[in-house]
Amino acid sequence: MAQKGIREYDGKKILFDGLAQYIPSFKGRSKKLALIRPDTDLKKLLKENRWLEKEKLVVKPDQLFGKRGKHGLICLNADWKMAQKWISERMNKTVTVGKTTGELRDFLIEPFTPHKEDEEYYVAIRSYREHDTIYLSDKGGIYVEENWERVKETNVSVLSSIEDININMPELGERKPAVEDFVRALYKVYVKGHFTYLEINPFTFSGSDIVPLDLVAKVDDTASFLCSKIWGDIEFPSSFGQRYSKEELFIRSLDEKTGASLKLTILNPDGRIWNMVAGGGASVIYADTVCDIGYSKELANYGEYSGDPSMEDTYQYAKTILDLMTRKIDPRGKILIIGGGIANFTDVAKTFKGIIKALREYKEKLIQHKVKIFVRRGGPNYKEGLESMRKLGETLGVPIEVYGPETHMTAVVSMALKENQNSKKMAKSGGRK
Amino acid sequence: MKAEIFSKDTISIIYGYHVNAVQRMLDFDFACGREKPSVCAIVNPGSEGWHKAFFGYGEILIPIYRDFASAAENHPQADVMINFASFRSAFDSTMEALNHPNIKTVAVIAEGVPERHARIIAATAKKLDKMVIGPATVGGIKAGCFKIANTAGTYENIVESKLHMPGSVGFVSKSGGLSNECYNIIARNTDGLYEGIAIGGDAYPGSTLLDHILRYEAIPQVKMIVALGEIGGTEELKIVEALKSKKIKKPLVIWVTGTCSKMFPAGVQFGHAGAKAGSELETADAKNKALKEAGAVVPDSFDDYGLKIKETYEKLLKKGIIKPALNVPAPSLPMDFNQALKEGKIRKATTFISTISNEKKEELEYRNIPISKVIEKEMGIGGVIGLLWFKRELPDYARKFLETAIILTADHGPAVSGAHNAIVASRAGKDIISSLVSGLLTIGPRFGGAIDGAAQEFKRAYEQGLSPEQFIKEMKNKGSPIPGIGHRVKSVTNPDMRVTQIKAFCKKHFKKTTLLDYALEVEKLTTAKKGNLILNVDGCIGICFVDMLNSCGFPKKEIEDIVGLGCLNALFVVARSIGIFGHIFDQKRLKQPLYRTPYDEIAYMTDL
Repeated sequence: MAQKGIREYDGKKILFDGLAQYIPSFKGRSKKLALIRPDTDLKKLLKENRWLEKEKLVVKPDQLFGKRGKHGLICLNADWKMAQKWISERMNKTVTVGKTTGELRDFLIEPFTPHKEDEEYYVAIRSYREHDTIYLSDKGGIYVEENWERVKETNVSVLSSIEDININMPELGERKPAVEDFVRALYKVYVKGHFTYLEINPFTFSGSDIVPLDLVAKVDDTASFLCSKIWGDIEFPSSFGQRYSKEELFIRSLDEKTGASLKLTILNPDGRIWNMVAGGGASVIYADTVCDIGYSKELANYGEYSGDPSMEDTYQYAKTILDLMTRKIDPRGKILIIGGGIANFTDVAKTFKGIIKALREYKEKLIQHKVKIFVRRGGPNYKEGLESMRKLGETLGVPIEVYGPETHMTAVVSMALKENQNSKKMAKSGGRK
Repeated sequence: MKAEIFSKDTISIIYGYHVNAVQRMLDFDFACGREKPSVCAIVNPGSEGWHKAFFGYGEILIPIYRDFASAAENHPQADVMINFASFRSAFDSTMEALNHPNIKTVAVIAEGVPERHARIIAATAKKLDKMVIGPATVGGIKAGCFKIANTAGTYENIVESKLHMPGSVGFVSKSGGLSNECYNIIARNTDGLYEGIAIGGDAYPGSTLLDHILRYEAIPQVKMIVALGEIGGTEELKIVEALKSKKIKKPLVIWVTGTCSKMFPAGVQFGHAGAKAGSELETADAKNKALKEAGAVVPDSFDDYGLKIKETYEKLLKKGIIKPALNVPAPSLPMDFNQALKEGKIRKATTFISTISNEKKEELEYRNIPISKVIEKEMGIGGVIGLLWFKRELPDYARKFLETAIILTADHGPAVSGAHNAIVASRAGKDIISSLVSGLLTIGPRFGGAIDGAAQEFKRAYEQGLSPEQFIKEMKNKGSPIPGIGHRVKSVTNPDMRVTQIKAFCKKHFKKTTLLDYALEVEKLTTAKKGNLILNVDGCIGICFVDMLNSCGFPKKEIEDIVGLGCLNALFVVARSIGIFGHIFDQKRLKQPLYRTPYDEIAYMTDL
């Protein structure tokens, strides 16, 4: 549901196929790209990509991180044998890039283009609310940032066509017309493919043909219903070093299956404060409030459920969280906040039914882990929902405090965390009629 | 763009058939005491007609159109379009509405509208000087005037948050879910909301926080502005600029959510698509700080958001800038029938009773047997008839008997009146139901009625204690043939094998065959007079049917009812329908033309 980074491999495929419609020299170039992953069958790959044995190659990790040259993670002018060796030495190895540590798992191979450092150029396109901006420089590669004043910017407003725009060109001598054609074509591909960010740094020339060397791209994944042909079989990899837990992946799969929205990020599995909050906006505020009061280190998760999920959805969601929070005993006990604002159309009684079912199932564990539960919610059928929570409190064996719209939305957070006078006063002032 | 986009006379077209949203808008109209409903038309691509909805105590009809253009043409007074189209079609339908001269405001509900589409929508709206609220929003509300779709939830909530009458606070947020919470906070801490808009959580909303804040700045009735921003984007920084350049002079209470992001690993996507900080400037902390420095009222956390609103309001009250209006209570909304029933507040006498089947159970039930059990137990057609007609589980032999009766009477060739009529109707090009019915309509006292007649007459005679001789004599005196006796070709010497088999089956399986034995005594006497006056197949089925009921232990009264209700006729109708359908399909397959009775079949004697 947002802007997503894509692999250089996918980005180049989309780009080359798109550019081929405007610039003949790009025809067939998308065929000369190969992605090697831990499970790639190299024999099969070679059979389908004979060029791998015939040409000099470039190999680099393709996992949404840059500055690969600086970290020695690029292999230039290699033959197939060398490339294979280079990859096998690095596959599944842990490396640290900047502050992030992760495993190398995806490698891009493409033909090597020899060029001089002063023949590296820079182009990027970025989207803003009212226009896209094209950034173009004759000083590309690692020098682009220190020479940022040389970058020429061109704004293309959302409702205008690139054909009607004068592109602000840097000094490129006889290569100027070719670069200008390339940039115009690139912009068309950018728009058609619903890119939200594109950076080629650098691109160079091989004879009279333009060759993009390194690429960073983001697309808008909500456009996938429009772009299935253009994007092909695309994947949206998670950012480098990020690993999802089994539970996070499970909630993701639930989210994809239903029309409702279900999200879960585990921040600290040993944290004492667990949130189970309805609504994309409210969930952020609950997490904020925990941090604002000074308990960010204790906050275990971020997540939300919204969009009128079914009883089964909320049951599965609640079960996942209850399971996570009752694994490691903390002698101080734990806190579960079942929060939310006043819903517009989500049926509170229905969603609570699923949560209550899960709470009942975890009765023993909740007692064992000394869990305290705080509930705050409003919206359609909220009275019925809150009443069932109160009733549950009589039999569950752990304390449940239940509040409705008369209590300020986040007051339960301070009630749960600060057992002092101040917080009680605050809760009351929010609750005044 | 005028500062006011809604009034008490605002009328809208709803794109998408969203019954609940429409009803909630009309209920809000009622709460506000609007004279005219705020919804004049529904666009439901692919179908048209009328939608019936409540408007206060009564009901109104809202026309449904196939396309937006005809709705707009027929309702020139509508200047708002509320778009429920999915993310796939939201772009086209929104652009169509924006380009229509009548429409001034479009609210786009869909989540997942591609960013480039959203940007084109926003740019087009700006070019045409129109307002877009959304995408990915619940909409907005102008207290006492007009409400978009599901905004502000239930009627109860609307009344509790005083949304049926205008207050002095202009509100705008990104989040639609939180807007409702904020209306509650505003109602508890001020004289109430004047207008509230949720611009939607996407990266490129059609109108921005600042757009609405500047509108509120220009509306004299709005005395203070409350806003709720969000991590990600630079929108709030534009508010900072507007504060600095004194474009915003009214008190502004604002909080930017997402302060927790600094604790999170990079790359956590919050619930909203736009909620991701791209740079330090876009973090909630940076924005809150900048807003505070520019003169906005910024709480320390969401906890004292309400408190800051209250303080700001009370200052204005003290200065005499706000003079709170008298509280006008909202009328109580008649409770929906279904809601009241659910809550156990009313009860209602039913109009119908059913004792034979129930589709409301977990599984369809015949009588009280789940349909899967019916199949499992191999109850067959006979068993189903037992459950649905006699409300009993019949023993094996009874089921078998009923099925045998159906098999034996399914057809009797094309010449009999039922089949003949059906054939004629089918050849006239009529559909299969009409053809079937024209055949079935001949069933009665003369055709197919012998089964029922035999059962009734023999049963009566036996129960009255008439001897076979007395029975025959009585019928003769009445001048009517005995139903179930006599055959055109079959006779004592050339017996009907069907009858022989039924008799043998009943003798073997039934506990008793009293009525059959009685009929056979009658037959002895009639066949003595004439060889073809045998107990025919219709008579045999009818009489054995009574014996079957007796054998199964049906009480006398129930047997009386079953025979009296015409169950035997029904059995014949069911069976013969099979044969009649056969004839109809036969004729249709053979492409037989219209039938016309030949002249030589008719004696024309009009001159007599």
